[in-house]
Amino acid sequence: MKFINYLESIAGIEIFPLISLLVFSLFFIALIFYVIKADKKYIEHMQQIPFEQESQNK
Amino acid sequence: MEQEKFYYDNKIVKLFAYATIFWGLIGMTVGLLAALQLVFPALNFNWAPTTFGRVRPVHTNAVIFAFVGNGIFTGVYYSLQRLCKARMFSDKLSKIHFWGWQLIIVFAALTLFAGFTTSKEYAELEWPLDIAITLIWVVFGWNMFGTILQRRERHLYVAIWFYIATFVTVAVLHIVNSLEIPVSFLKSYSLYAGVQDALVQWWYGHNAVAFFLTTPYLGLMYYFIPKAAERPVYSYRLSIIHFWALIFLYIWAGPHHLLYTALPDWAQSLGVVFSIMLLAPSWGGMINGLLTLRGAWDKVRESVELKFLVVAVTAYGMATFEGPMLSLKNVNAIAHYTDWIVAHVHVGALGWNGFLTFGMLYWLYPKLFGRALYSQKLANFHFWIATIGILFYAIPMYWAGFTQSLMWKEFTAEGFLKYPNFLETVTKLAPLYALRSLGGVLYLAGFVVMIYNLIKTAQLGQPVTDEEAYAAPLTKEYLPHSKDHWHRVIERKPIQMLVWSLVVILIGGIIEMVPTFLIQSNVPTIASVKPYTPLELQGRDIYVREGCYTCHSQMIRPFRSETERYGEYSKAGEFVYDHPFQWGSKRTGPDLARIGGKYPDSWHFNHMEDPTTMSPGSIMPAYPWLIDDVLDVNSTPAKIRVMQTLGVPYPAGFDQIAVKHLTEQATKISQGLKKDGIEVKEDSEIIALIAYLQRLGTDIKAEKTAQN
Repeated sequence: MKFINYLESIAGIEIFPLISLLVFSLFFIALIFYVIKADKKYIEHMQQIPFEQESQNK
Repeated sequence: MEQEKFYYDNKIVKLFAYATIFWGLIGMTVGLLAALQLVFPALNFNWAPTTFGRVRPVHTNAVIFAFVGNGIFTGVYYSLQRLCKARMFSDKLSKIHFWGWQLIIVFAALTLFAGFTTSKEYAELEWPLDIAITLIWVVFGWNMFGTILQRRERHLYVAIWFYIATFVTVAVLHIVNSLEIPVSFLKSYSLYAGVQDALVQWWYGHNAVAFFLTTPYLGLMYYFIPKAAERPVYSYRLSIIHFWALIFLYIWAGPHHLLYTALPDWAQSLGVVFSIMLLAPSWGGMINGLLTLRGAWDKVRESVELKFLVVAVTAYGMATFEGPMLSLKNVNAIAHYTDWIVAHVHVGALGWNGFLTFGMLYWLYPKLFGRALYSQKLANFHFWIATIGILFYAIPMYWAGFTQSLMWKEFTAEGFLKYPNFLETVTKLAPLYALRSLGGVLYLAGFVVMIYNLIKTAQLGQPVTDEEAYAAPLTKEYLPHSKDHWHRVIERKPIQMLVWSLVVILIGGIIEMVPTFLIQSNVPTIASVKPYTPLELQGRDIYVREGCYTCHSQMIRPFRSETERYGEYSKAGEFVYDHPFQWGSKRTGPDLARIGGKYPDSWHFNHMEDPTTMSPGSIMPAYPWLIDDVLDVNSTPAKIRVMQTLGVPYPAGFDQIAVKHLTEQATKISQGLKKDGIEVKEDSEIIALIAYLQRLGTDIKAEKTAQN
C-alpha cells in the first residue's frame, strides 16, 4: 500500500494549515481593530435601524 | 426633508409564510414516516417509492429547502423591505421567485420518490433541477440587490449582511458541488471521484448547514428578536465580529465530516482546528441574541413569540457547542455513523430553525392580518408540546448513539468482538427509535395546533396587503454636497459587501480543495483497482437509486473494532473510479466497503427479496421488485462514454462491446444462482446489484493474494 508515501510526497503541505491560521488571525485582529475604533454614532444609528419606520410612520 | 409615500409588499411575505407552513407539515410528516420505518419495517410498504432509502432524502430536502427555505424567504422579504425602507424591487421577480421555488420543490419530491438521485446528501437533485435552482436563486439575488440599491436607508443593517453572504455562498456551494456530466435527462455522474468527491460534498454539506440553515436565520434573529423584544440588539459591535468571523471560519470546517476516512490527514486537521475556532463566533452570536433581552426578561413570560425565539437561540448555542466537540477526533470516533449525529442535527433543525420560524410566524401573522393572534393559549400549548417533543426526540437519539457505538467497539476478554453480529446493535435500539418517533409526533402535533391558530388569525383579521410607509429618499440628502461621490459610494456598498463575502469564503474553499485536487495526479492508483465492469456499474446505479447510502457506509476507519468487523481499512486509492463516492454518513446497517465475496450470490438474492430470511429481526426494507424489473441495458454505452470522459480508463471503443460484456457476466451469475436452486432471469436488476455488491472492496484482496 503506497498511500502513506502519497501523503509524504506532497512537499510542504504542513504549511497550509499554518497559513490558514495566520490568515484568519490577521483578519480577526484587523476586524477587532476596526470594530473598536468604529464611530459610536454610527453604531448607535445601526442599532436603531429596525425601529426607525415606526417612529416615522406612527 | 420631504417624505416619500410607498407601500411594503406584504402579499409576497404571506405567500412564502403559507408555503413555509405547508411544506413544514409535509416535510415533518415524511420525517415521522422515516422514523417509524426504523421501528416497523412494514411501513416501507414493499413499494420502491416508500422505502426508507427514498423517503429519507425527501424528508431532509423538504425540511431544509422547502420548510426552512421558504422560512428564509418569508423573513427576508419582510425584513429587507423595512430595513431598506423600500418595496421589493420587482413584484414580478418576487412572483417568479415564489412560484419557481415551489415548482422546484414539487419536482424535487417527485424525482426523489421515483429514485432519481445523485446520492450526494442534501444535493440529491438531478441536473435539470440543479439548473432550475441556480436560475431561481439568481432571481432571488436580483430582486434582493435591486431592493438594496433603491433603498431609503443609507446603511445596511447587519441582517442584510447575513442575507448577502447567504446569497453569494449558497450560489458558489451549489454550483461547485453540482458539477456533473449528464448521461440522460435525469441521470448524471459527478465530475469528481472518491476522495475529491467526498471533500467537495462535505465542503458543500457542512456549508449548506452554515449558509442555508444558519446565516440567513442569524439575519432573521438580528431583526426579529429586537423587534419582538422592542429593544435594539445587545451589541452591534459584536454583531460585526460575529458576521465576519463566522463566514470566514465556517467554510473551512467541512472535513470534520470525514475524520478517520481516507481523506489526507492535513485536511482533516485543518477541518478540526477551524471547527473548534468556530465556537467563538457562534457563541458570540448566541450571547448577542440572548443579551438583547437584558432587562426585558419579564417580556418572555408574556410573549409566546419571544419564548420561541429564546429557545431557538439557546438550541443554536447547544448545537454550535456540540458541533466543535464532535469535530474532535476522539469524540468523532465514537459519534460518527451513529444516531448521535441525528440527535445533533435535530437539535439544530427542530430547536433553532423550527422554533425561530415559529416565533417569527407568531410575530408576523398579527402584523400581516391586522389583529392579535387568535389564541395565546394554543400558542403556549404549541411551545410546550414542541419543547417536550424535542426532548423526546433528542435524548433517545443520544442514548442510541452511545449505546450502538459502545457495542460496536466492545471486545471480549479473549480479544473478539463482543457483538460480532451487527444486527444485535440495531435491534437493541428499537425502543429508543420508538421514543424518538413519539418525540416527532409531539412536535408535529404542536405544528398542527400552530396551523389552526394561524388560519384562525388570518380568517378573523383584515389582510394588510400593501402596507403604507413614508421615508425620505436617500440621494436628495446628499445632493447639495457632492452628488456623484455619495451616490456612488452608497450604491457600491452592497456590491462591496458581496465581493468581500465572496473573497472571505473563497479563501477557505481554495486552500482546502486545491491541494487535494492537485495531488490527483500523484495518487498512486493501486494497481489492482480496476474500473467497474458494465454490469457492476449498472448495479452501482441501482444502489444509488435505492438510496442504500442512507443506511450503509462504504468507508472502514482504521480502528481495530472496524478492521475486525469489516476487514482492511479503506484507502484513498480504492475510490478513484467512484463517480460519485458512496462513503455514506450513517450506519443503520453495517459498512459495505468489503462486502464483496463475504456471502454467496444466493445469500444476497434472498436477502434483497426479504432481509428477514437471512437476518431475522432485520429492519431493512425488502426489495422484491429488483427481481422482477428488467435492467435497462440500453443506457450502458452512454454511461461508459461519460465515465471515459471523466477519466475512467475503459479501453477505446469499450462502449460498443459493453452490453455484450454485461450479458456474459449476468449469465454467469444467474447460472450460479440456478445451481443454488434460484431461478431468476439474467436481465433482472438484482443480478446487476449482486455483481456490484460482490465487487465491493475485493480489488485490494486481489492485490494481497498476488503478493502472497
